[in-house]
Amino acid sequence: MFAYDRPVTSGAPDIERRRAAADGLDLDGHGEVPVPGAERPARSYDLEVGGLRLRVHEWGDPDAPPMLLMHGGFDFARTFDGFAPRLAAGGWRVVSWDQRGHGESEHAALYSWDGDMRDALAIFDHAISTSGDETTRPIPVVGHSKGGALMTQLADAQPHRFRCLVNMDGIPYKRNIPEMAEHERTTMLANDIAGWLDHRRAAGTKQRRPDTLTGLATRRARMNPRLPELWLQRLVTTGGELVDGDRTDPDSKDAGWRWRLDPSMRFGGFGPWRPEWMLLRLAGLPMPFLGVLGSEMEEMGWGTPPDKVAPYLPLDSRCEVLDGVGHFVHIEQPDLVAGMVLEFLGTPS
Amino acid sequence: MSVSERVTWLRHNRVDLALHELRAADASPTRRAQRPLLILHGLGEATPAQVPSWVEWCGPVFGLDFTGHGQSTVPAGGGYSSETLLADADHALAELTGDDAERSITVVGRGLGAYVALQLAGARAPQIHGAILLDGPGLAGGATGPSSMSYTPLPTSLVGQTPDQYGLIELSRELRPADYATSFVRLANGGSPAATPIAVCATFRPMWLDAVAAAPGVADVDLADAWSLYA
Repeated sequence: MFAYDRPVTSGAPDIERRRAAADGLDLDGHGEVPVPGAERPARSYDLEVGGLRLRVHEWGDPDAPPMLLMHGGFDFARTFDGFAPRLAAGGWRVVSWDQRGHGESEHAALYSWDGDMRDALAIFDHAISTSGDETTRPIPVVGHSKGGALMTQLADAQPHRFRCLVNMDGIPYKRNIPEMAEHERTTMLANDIAGWLDHRRAAGTKQRRPDTLTGLATRRARMNPRLPELWLQRLVTTGGELVDGDRTDPDSKDAGWRWRLDPSMRFGGFGPWRPEWMLLRLAGLPMPFLGVLGSEMEEMGWGTPPDKVAPYLPLDSRCEVLDGVGHFVHIEQPDLVAGMVLEFLGTPS
Repeated sequence: MSVSERVTWLRHNRVDLALHELRAADASPTRRAQRPLLILHGLGEATPAQVPSWVEWCGPVFGLDFTGHGQSTVPAGGGYSSETLLADADHALAELTGDDAERSITVVGRGLGAYVALQLAGARAPQIHGAILLDGPGLAGGATGPSSMSYTPLPTSLVGQTPDQYGLIELSRELRPADYATSFVRLANGGSPAATPIAVCATFRPMWLDAVAAAPGVADVDLADAWSLYA
């Protein structure tokens, strides 16, 4: 079922081609923008889960005790290139993966919270079975943003799998909309649904718009205004792909770097789920829990005020609020957050 | 007529949907434009092979196979939601109206299809001249609030069959809060050309449907009366 027996690294990229499209930036031997302290995964390989191909990335000694690391929505596992090696240095085999439709994983026909949840369970099973253990045993889990929220729900559904849980800025509170009258809310819902359906009608033919390396990094900076420029550029070379477009047309708008993320995905949407329900599950978690929240509100964050979380923290828990830090706590403060997490996880076993 | 004889294939992202023509429009030039009826099947069902005996409709009749059902594509790895099926139905709406926002259809749904019909009536209110909600598989849905519902990946041997096992599992237990369902009633009342755009004919009334039936502007009637509402 799993492809772990034949681990492969990413196919050697066309380095010269990538360098020629690097806007004069230095690329490393893998055709990626180097950032001090950031490391490629030690192992990257495919895993088939329910007929879908998911890309798994690991850092650290393959024989070390496993732990899971789950990225957020519209992100990818390589956003952990700085954070994961620091955890691995603490004696862990850090296992992460690109969620369906994200990073180097297959674009799916369907996406849902439940689908992501089941994919995560397959990764749990995989990490444990490949560590030599034959039965399910609890392992540490760290999730960022949507990954933190999703793991919080999974920890409530299957607590026996979690030795402990770290949630990095992934505690939804409520929809970030102002108070409004009933008829205004109805109008907004109508527009949201019609917009989403129109998007679905066109989804089959959509492509992500390519840009120059620095151009795509600048676009991403609108979502992550606090990330260092070098990191944004690295993200383009680790979560993006270089496409040729029409080689016969030098002015082609189809050539350049574009995100691998499935173009059928889009922000927003609607449904019966309510973000504040996550807090209700949080309160009952039985395993040790560490929340790490950034105090600076950003577009990709949940906008959760820390004082709203406090009443819902489980019995065996603590929540750290990092002043002057944004949604990507692990990229902005990798040493601080990794140190905090390693201390919380305790001795690898 | 076999279900496969008159099929239009609709591409919804990576899924091919089968839209079956069960009865063609009357070609008579003296007849005014006939509004199509779209049948939405229940969970685990597929479009029937012919116009069901309970349909009293003088115009053309179509049936859509939802994603993972009937002749439509079975996608890998599940990930179903009724909102995705709403988008399936919206593709059928675009086809049946020729993408003309001035044209409308009537929709009748069984079980899960009734829930999707309600959503379509709200989401595309100006183009839905009546939605009839009937009993059928998948009418109830799952929890109405936060729960500790669990998850299990299926064995590979069960993957790829129709109806899709992931669809059966996921859609049979998806969240159905009553106030979410009634938000579609408000949208339908605000935008549909019909005076009472939603008719509830189901005997079984799970919480969401009870709330819908009690909402202002909803006809709580038997099926014969529902057909005459939208004739």
